[in-house]
Amino acid sequence: MAEVLVLVEHARGAVKKVTLELLTAARSLGVPGAVVFGPPGTAAALADRLAEYGAVAVHAAEADDIDDYLVAPKVDVLAAMVTDRAPTALLVASTAESREVAARVAVRTGNGLITDAVGLDADRTATQSIFGGAVTVRSTVRTGTAVITMRPNSVDAVPAPAGVELHPVPVSLSDEARRSRIVERVEEARSSRPELAEASVVVSGGRGVGSAANFAVIEQLADALGAAVGASRAATDAGWYPHSAQVGQTGVTVSPQLYIAAGISGAIQHRAGMQTSKTIIAINKDPEAPIFEIADFGVVGDLFAVVPQLVEELARRAG
Amino acid sequence: MNTVVLVKQVPDTWAERSLSSADKTLNREGVDAVINELDEYAVEEALRLKEAHGGTVTVLSMGPARVTETIRKVLSMGVDAGIHVTDDALHGSDAIQTARAIAAALGTVGWDLVLTGVESTDARMSVLPALLAELLGVAQLSRARAVTVDGQVVRIERSTDDGYQVVEATLPAVLSVVEKINEPRYPSFKGIMQAKSKPVTTLGVADLGLAAGEVGLAAAYSQVTEVDQRLDRQVGQVVKDEGDGGVKIADYLVARKLV
Repeated sequence: MAEVLVLVEHARGAVKKVTLELLTAARSLGVPGAVVFGPPGTAAALADRLAEYGAVAVHAAEADDIDDYLVAPKVDVLAAMVTDRAPTALLVASTAESREVAARVAVRTGNGLITDAVGLDADRTATQSIFGGAVTVRSTVRTGTAVITMRPNSVDAVPAPAGVELHPVPVSLSDEARRSRIVERVEEARSSRPELAEASVVVSGGRGVGSAANFAVIEQLADALGAAVGASRAATDAGWYPHSAQVGQTGVTVSPQLYIAAGISGAIQHRAGMQTSKTIIAINKDPEAPIFEIADFGVVGDLFAVVPQLVEELARRAG
Repeated sequence: MNTVVLVKQVPDTWAERSLSSADKTLNREGVDAVINELDEYAVEEALRLKEAHGGTVTVLSMGPARVTETIRKVLSMGVDAGIHVTDDALHGSDAIQTARAIAAALGTVGWDLVLTGVESTDARMSVLPALLAELLGVAQLSRARAVTVDGQVVRIERSTDDGYQVVEATLPAVLSVVEKINEPRYPSFKGIMQAKSKPVTTLGVADLGLAAGEVGLAAAYSQVTEVDQRLDRQVGQVVKDEGDGGVKIADYLVARKLV
């Protein structure tokens, strides 16, 4: 059976959920092989988890300084693997860095690229949702290896335990791979909440929230649901919430199981970043707000009355 | 320091956007065409770098004839000259082919820095800066929210999910900027008048040293096979808050097993 390479996303010693989704999608195309980058020992610590979701091989591309340079070292390793092994597909998550890695691997190896797939068929046909969810297209790649980036939450991660083998991959950083050096990493808003892009539930606040302090109301609901907090551009531009939480055309694109928009009118710029959410709930004072056109359930009312009541009700039912 | 800033003309995000029924490429007919708003930040940053370090700024854009409107707009913001890559043979090119054509066009001028926006608001792939760095064999400095240049060394704050990374490289480089980096200027009246006489070079596929069969829809690495313009989202239920709005949402979530 054909091989499918999956670029593993991991942080703090754990495999990210999106990688388990990618392994699940990979199994419909062929036999998944996981590629792990990091300092020596990284792959061995992740191998069991990757095997649980069907990886039959874990390729360990390990070097002490591999994380010190932007994108290019990963491109060197993956391009060599694609050339040597000719997998039917290389699947990566639609994260900022991985999509850049994917693009460079595709052009270096002469293969086609599809970004932001939300579905994948056994024949490598990808489904994409474009123009803010208004149009769905199906695309294929005409080359030997399809390089595909997939949005988090596009497929449900399903375990399928496999026997896994660990393969070391030789890594030598060329001068070219060291062109862009990461000299410092700064975490600004590390919270205990899930990461916005891959959260199953997102609660977002917009202009109607009114102030930075009032975002506490949004955070309380997020915490009651185990959700990530998002914000509209109006709210981040006003400085009420960090830019990194901005959902929309010029921010993060999310596709959670549940998206709750509070005090967000639903301008196209915002909808472009959340319209593919499975269930959308909207709370807004304005019955004409366009967010209600795409909401599965909407409440016309004051978010400062509705949201705290919802938090209380969830606590009571969990009770 | 000489900079080339890349801009794309896109359909207005407020317009009804669609794909052509004939060949499944972007429908440009009857839709307002505007500069990709995320590229305006790149233009602004190019002008600020010129003001601080000297040199020239050239705008480069690829697309059909009406792209000249976008090039003139950028010239009116203060950019010195324009390059318009245009050829019927380029129609339907995918991201990789587009990057090849732009890389070839960049080979016709001297530059130290190529500046772009973080993504286009139509295709939203956010891969062109990476593709260009690869094809040009220079440093990639993408997603910058702050840029400083010191001699030949460029240092950026690269936006990440939870903060930023400080990334450093030596020129030449391809640099993309995110929208929080600056506040783009408006063209002045004087700028608009001056833009009319600034030079704009037009380059076709033959000028780029590319064969017509290397670019365009027929030779694309990827292909759109089906288009579904119908929004499959069902119209939902909207209720007025009668003092029980929160309870009603909880009922909805429970009924659909979302909590």
